[in-house]
Amino acid sequence: MTELLRADALSRTFKLPRASLRSERSVRRALIDMNLSVNEGDRLGIVGESGSGKTTLARLLLGLDVPTSGAVSFLGDTLPLSDMRQFRRQIQVVFQDPRSSLNPRMSVEDIILEPLECLAVEEPHAARIDEVLASVGLSGDMRTRYPHELSGGQRQRVAIARALAPRPRLLIADEPVSALDVLVRDEILALLADLTANLGLTLILISHDLSVIARLCDDVVVMQHGVAVERGKTVDVFRAPSHPFTKTLIASVPRLPELS
Amino acid sequence: MTLLQVRNLTIRFGQKLVVDDVSFDLDAGQRLGIIGESGSGKTLTSLAIIGLLPDAAAVAGSVVFDGVEILNKSDGELSSLRGNRIGMVFQEPLTALNPLMRVGKQIAQPLRIHRGMRMKAALARAIELCARVGLPDPERLVRSYPHQLSGGQRQRIGLAISLACNPSLLIADEPTTALDVTVQQEVLKLINELVREEGSALMFVSHDLPVVSSMTERVAVMRSGTMVELATVGELFSGARHEYSQKLVQAARRSDDDFVRVSRGGRA
Amino acid sequence: MMRGNRTLTIGVSLVSFSVMLFLLSVIWTPYDPLEINPELSLTGPTSSHWMGTDEYGRDILSNIIVGSRTTLITGVLAVVICMIVGVSIGIATAMSPKWVESPAIFGIDIVLALPTVLFAIVLAAVYGPSTFTAVFAIGIALSASVAQVTRREVNVILLADYVVAARASGSRIPRIVRKHVLPNLRASLFVQASSASAIAILAESTLSYLGLGTPPPDPSWGRMMASLQQYLIADPIFPLWPGLAIVITVLGFNLLGDGLREALDPTLRRDVE
Repeated sequence: MTELLRADALSRTFKLPRASLRSERSVRRALIDMNLSVNEGDRLGIVGESGSGKTTLARLLLGLDVPTSGAVSFLGDTLPLSDMRQFRRQIQVVFQDPRSSLNPRMSVEDIILEPLECLAVEEPHAARIDEVLASVGLSGDMRTRYPHELSGGQRQRVAIARALAPRPRLLIADEPVSALDVLVRDEILALLADLTANLGLTLILISHDLSVIARLCDDVVVMQHGVAVERGKTVDVFRAPSHPFTKTLIASVPRLPELS
Repeated sequence: MTLLQVRNLTIRFGQKLVVDDVSFDLDAGQRLGIIGESGSGKTLTSLAIIGLLPDAAAVAGSVVFDGVEILNKSDGELSSLRGNRIGMVFQEPLTALNPLMRVGKQIAQPLRIHRGMRMKAALARAIELCARVGLPDPERLVRSYPHQLSGGQRQRIGLAISLACNPSLLIADEPTTALDVTVQQEVLKLINELVREEGSALMFVSHDLPVVSSMTERVAVMRSGTMVELATVGELFSGARHEYSQKLVQAARRSDDDFVRVSRGGRA
Repeated sequence: MMRGNRTLTIGVSLVSFSVMLFLLSVIWTPYDPLEINPELSLTGPTSSHWMGTDEYGRDILSNIIVGSRTTLITGVLAVVICMIVGVSIGIATAMSPKWVESPAIFGIDIVLALPTVLFAIVLAAVYGPSTFTAVFAIGIALSASVAQVTRREVNVILLADYVVAARASGSRIPRIVRKHVLPNLRASLFVQASSASAIAILAESTLSYLGLGTPPPDPSWGRMMASLQQYLIADPIFPLWPGLAIVITVLGFNLLGDGLREALDPTLRRDVE
């Protein structure tokens, strides 16, 4: 079992601007001593609310931020690698809000072309764009459209297509359906499930929604205030949570009324 | 006694029809949920009832609250109702509160305007209301500014403001959507209690079917400006008539099943 | 762009008027603006000289038409300088690390605090009045506010998820600037350029009025105002013409900027449900 991505004692602290000339600069400890090991084929869920550090963790794992202490390793090599392109070809990301994750001035084609060009993907780009659009259920004539002409669901599909274009091994999805309408959520989750299975993708899914995690993830890490408070197989953690925060989370899931 | 009667409510922005022929009744003390996705017209409908539609909106139809027609009335005529007989809680507490005014003063405002209370008395009542909505250390808290409070606390302040004058109708537009799930439960419980104690009617607008169905007895489903179904929660879940409502119920069931299956230790 | 926008329509019309004068000046003027006719000195508007003649008997209308050249060229050149300098500094500072950004902001603030015209006067005093010093001074002085506005806008753009996505796609800084920052700045740049034009033209007129702009004999509206104003008592209409020309042009650019802002902003905001 290949270990793809690893975090060792990963911490990230942000210095906040001074409140006044005399006071000390306070710090915000966004991530504290995080350890993580993701093997090929894993489907890992990261659960947390706002301020839990999950987005900070995602940025660090993607090499888009530098840890205050600790390290992220990819296939055994510590980040940053001398050639980050290799890394970025293999690890890709889908963001939460499809309205802001697509450049409003770029056409769908340009959006998906970007990783292909920047990462020097060696296959005909035009063909790859068509291929990846088809795999997310969009027709080829979407290429010339602009984000504002698309629905939320379509935009998110484009975002997923962009992430898949360089044929990554691992996909990090940061709240991929939270900004979408309820009916669309189901479609996108089904799409993610299919793609993960068909392409053999390793998946790290970040969400505050436990039913999303339940649907897509075998393992889960629960975060609160920058710390991993519980982890294990999704089934185990949800069925018998040990940490009080996990228990509260599970109890807070809005349930449907009991009907005969 | 019918508190609110909405008949053929239609709202247009120029040529665009955003709410199309919506009708429903709400009796005193009753609760109605309005569920729809973005673009369904649910927020505009709730704004129409409190008379807060943007100027650009052209409204037709009738909205009668306690015997008084609301539509196309001037601000002056409506201001005696707003914050007084009709209270409203909004989605984003950070923008719904004045960032430059201490929260105690904001709670006191409707009391001073509608009840003619003096500042000191109104502030005292504000402290009581803060305690009532479950805020710790109310005497100190009323002196805070909104940015010093958490999202959940701000929403409680929002509730305190809307309930200050014991309204007969509380309109809540996505009141918990911007909050963390753990806080959401508490705030929903709070709304439940307060509405029950006051005997107010509740109009709960949301996109979240499980949340709406836990808060109200009847649900109106809106889609692209039209009300496609009006039913009790039971009817909706046992056999929704409209295809769209059925899809919503299915999606909610699906998420629920996913969660239940895993948390009851079934196959992942 | 929505042409139903009245501000924009009026702005465009007024600016076109000045541009047409400019184009006209290339092909034809009623008289040679430099031709002196002392016997016709200071005659009011007649059928042969529609705007009258100045103290040297030169046809005012012809001078107004040719004067548009100085105004527009100075204006355009100054704006080109201020936009290139301002936008570059704005983008560079926004994308620099904190320790570079802070002193840069400080520097920009200092230049901002300098009154444009005063700065130009100093330069003119040192280097002698000329079109070039005027253009340079106005361009540099205006670049500070362009830099400030651009810096703020770029900071907002950099926060967007699509910039993070670009970095995750392997995009490097030059590409991010080219493909993500500049295209999203475009609308703001048009608005800024229009407003800067209005200020530049007014500044040029002021400098010329003070004798620090384009030196004679090239016609310049500002200088015409200065020389004709002494004859206000004789007939108020004399300084009216260059004054009117300046007002129309400056107002035109102002409205153009406002109209563009109106037209371009709402399309960037989505409607609430």
